[in-house]
Amino acid sequence: MANDATQSIHDPATAGQDQYLTFILAEEEYGVDILRVQEIKGWERPTPLPNTPDYIRGVINVRGMIVPIIDMRLRFGMEPMEYGPTTVVIMLRVINDDRERVMGVVVDAVSEVYSIGADDLQPAPDFSTRIGIDFVRGLATVDEKMILMLDIDTLLGPGLIASEDAIAEGAPA
Amino acid sequence: MAKVLVVDDSASMRQMVAFTLKQAGHEVTEGRDGNDGLGKAQGTKADLVITDVNMPGMDGLQLTRELRKLGDYKFTPILVLTTEAGPEKKQEGKAAGATGWLVKPFDPDQLMNTVNRVLR
Amino acid sequence: MSIDMAQFVDAFLEESFEGLERMETELLALDGGDPETLNTIFRCAHSIKGGAGTFGFGAISEFTHGVETLLDRMRNGEQEAAPETVNLLLRAVDILRAQLHAARDGGEADAAEVAEVRTLIEAHLDDAAPAAGVPNAPANGGSGGDTASDSSGGGGNGPRGWRIQFRPHADLMRTGNDPLRMFEVLEELGRLTVHCETDRLPDSAEAFDPEDCYLAWTLELEGDATRDQIEEVFEWVEDECDLVIDPLEAAPVAPDESSAPEPGADGATPARPETAAKGSGGSARGAESSSMRVNTGKIDALIDMVGELVITQSMLTDISEQLEEDPSQMEAQIERLRTGLAELERNTRELQESVMSIRMVPIAQVFNRFPRLVHDISAQLGKQIELTLKGEATEIDKTVMEHLGDPLVHLVRNAVDHGIELPEARAAAGKPETGQVTLEAFHRGGNVVIEIRDDGKGMDADRILAKARDAGIVGPNQQLDRHETLQLVFEPGLSTADQVSDLSGRGVGMDVVKKNIRGLGGNVELESEPGKGSRLTIRLPLTLSIMDGQLLKIGDETFVIPLIAIVESLQTLPESVKQAFGKLPLYRLRDEYIPIVDLAAMFGRAEPSPLPEQALLVVAEADDQRVALRVDDLLGQQQVVIKTLETNFRKVPGTAGATILGDGQVALILDVAGIARMAAGRDTRAA
Repeated sequence: MANDATQSIHDPATAGQDQYLTFILAEEEYGVDILRVQEIKGWERPTPLPNTPDYIRGVINVRGMIVPIIDMRLRFGMEPMEYGPTTVVIMLRVINDDRERVMGVVVDAVSEVYSIGADDLQPAPDFSTRIGIDFVRGLATVDEKMILMLDIDTLLGPGLIASEDAIAEGAPA
Repeated sequence: MAKVLVVDDSASMRQMVAFTLKQAGHEVTEGRDGNDGLGKAQGTKADLVITDVNMPGMDGLQLTRELRKLGDYKFTPILVLTTEAGPEKKQEGKAAGATGWLVKPFDPDQLMNTVNRVLR
Repeated sequence: MSIDMAQFVDAFLEESFEGLERMETELLALDGGDPETLNTIFRCAHSIKGGAGTFGFGAISEFTHGVETLLDRMRNGEQEAAPETVNLLLRAVDILRAQLHAARDGGEADAAEVAEVRTLIEAHLDDAAPAAGVPNAPANGGSGGDTASDSSGGGGNGPRGWRIQFRPHADLMRTGNDPLRMFEVLEELGRLTVHCETDRLPDSAEAFDPEDCYLAWTLELEGDATRDQIEEVFEWVEDECDLVIDPLEAAPVAPDESSAPEPGADGATPARPETAAKGSGGSARGAESSSMRVNTGKIDALIDMVGELVITQSMLTDISEQLEEDPSQMEAQIERLRTGLAELERNTRELQESVMSIRMVPIAQVFNRFPRLVHDISAQLGKQIELTLKGEATEIDKTVMEHLGDPLVHLVRNAVDHGIELPEARAAAGKPETGQVTLEAFHRGGNVVIEIRDDGKGMDADRILAKARDAGIVGPNQQLDRHETLQLVFEPGLSTADQVSDLSGRGVGMDVVKKNIRGLGGNVELESEPGKGSRLTIRLPLTLSIMDGQLLKIGDETFVIPLIAIVESLQTLPESVKQAFGKLPLYRLRDEYIPIVDLAAMFGRAEPSPLPEQALLVVAEADDQRVALRVDDLLGQQQVVIKTLETNFRKVPGTAGATILGDGQVALILDVAGIARMAAGRDTRAA
């Protein structure tokens, strides 16, 4: 997966480097391309959607736009967490088939912003098939910490939202 | 500055004529067809009427006749817009009481030159 | 004066496209040459010609000239409105449409075809009229006179000026002409000397009519004005005066400096701006703009409402100021505040309705294409068909309308192609040879209903069923009634036509039609009787973005159900609750058993729970199916703005989108038809 989106950065210090916003899930650290982060919001109770997987928590109103909320812990099959005042929702712009969607992901907390060169990313090892690895862009090590850099277009792509029902209903592509 | 009534069923023509006249500092009232134009004419006393000939409902010639019947428009210059350059159409216009004509297509300069012949 | 004509081109194109549509419709309705209809058609061509010339589309103007002349002959009875003439004019409409498209989007109309039709029109004109010789390029009239003149050139030894004897007839001023204004124009052409002749003035005051013109003039114009220029000044009155123009004898002296030629020129030789002179001014224009025409009445209403809104706002401002100044008046002010808020609510609602109405357009804009379509197809098939349009004024949301065209074309083609029989077959069946196709639109409830009816051969339900069984769409033991069988034509992959036709294919596309209409929130149904004909009924929502909703509480969640779908709400009577298969509760309402839906369970939010003794049910209907929804509470009714879940997510079965409530929370809008399907277990996800 190319990282075109970051090529507009001309700062020599970060040239050839991508900036990642990282967040915490059960004491693990994950990163997403910062250019795709639209905003960071506090947790609010979403309106649940019928017959969707548990990690799709529902939808909220973001300035008149209906935005789905995905719980990352549940998505990764981790222990569910209590939502509290420090729970954060990161609003991400997801692009698939020339279409941009805005989706919110629920995480424990937002951590840091790192500049990481593509060369510093190591390929992800072969995880168990329980969680596909196609949405892991690579692994980075910062101060001895391991950070999983996620490809949100794949992670939050058609595979996540598609359902047989949608096809049966003849929903337009 | 004069008050001009522009009557044409074609919105684009009407807009063009009205715009040109407004640019020249005139005050413009627009009519969508003969009936509308007659109503508008009765509402205000125009110093000049410019009307298309072919319009649904009341056409420009009938409008001219009707206007000439009104005291306020006995001597008001009335110019008819026509695409026909032939003498019969012009004659019909004259017979109805039109002051003169302007043959389409015309451009804003031709329009203003013609208008200036009848407006002081 | 430099005025950019491009700003009027959009309006010109838009009205020209409308004019062409009108021409087409009227040409098709032209029965033997009704003069009023011909007049209307003529006017359309006339407007296009005039506008095209003015706005710089020379080719269009030129082409239209022949069309206009032909139509003029027809309306004057000089030429017959024969079918081949009408067909030729229809072709001309196509050409003009192509030319206008080319003008709008760039590109060019097919030159060969333009030339061909033009030649045909000219041939038609030659045939009919002895008075041929209609010029192809409109003469340049008005003040744009030809500057190439007679004996008097620019400098040479022309006359030093002109003597003009001008004796107006008595009624000259009655056409609004005024000798004084003419003299002013002449003055701009050179040095003017005026001698007034009063010999015609009546002797007595009684005989004097102030509206008559009694005076006559002899004028001398020195300078190098041409005869043409002078004639042009008198052009409008040449039949209302005696006019003699003679050259003044050549000047014996050198030209007087005071009669320098320059000042006169600009009165008569306009410099044509580029815009009007170029023939293809539209080629640089961009893609189609998404503008729409709005009735001015609607805009006026909108302005009125904004006015009221401003008044309400100032009232509310006043209340808050009063409260600040004198808090002791709290109670009285709160009363005023309530009134003000009620007013605001009313204003908002009306404003919303008004704004929505702007998006509403008459369905005629879609219907209008059908007379031509039916005319062409029936000619191609050798069928005789009369198309009747009804309810063209019915208004529908612009977006809905834009997506309606293709499905309707398909359905009308089907009616013409597969519905109506050939004349012989009709005669053999004892029917009139001319088949009837009717396209009708009307409002029913909150819907727009469109019906396509034909009196053709109808559909054979048994054959449809057999084919559906062959295709595996219907199981061998599955029983369907006649109505259900007919709806199978909307299933993908079911062919109903006897033979392949190049017009509508083998029933292909009915599934697409249904899908498109469903996509607009509507549905389509077929009724048919063998030998008698078919009727397709399309139901569409009036608008896609706002609806009247009823708010419901189910569990912790608030839902919205379209008010239009609600049949009634009721408290259950224990004896009316029945069970089927031990788990499917049904409610007996009068003579009908209606499935009771536990929405929380159906939506996977809770385990199915037994129906309490006294439950609240909302009976709702869509697609002819009824369901009874168990609800915990009925909240208010309000208009809701429909937002799709697909923007950022996907379509969610059982919902028709979502809306945002007053407190900012999202509420899902229930899709009653979808819920009914889910309840019936026909959807992939059973209840």
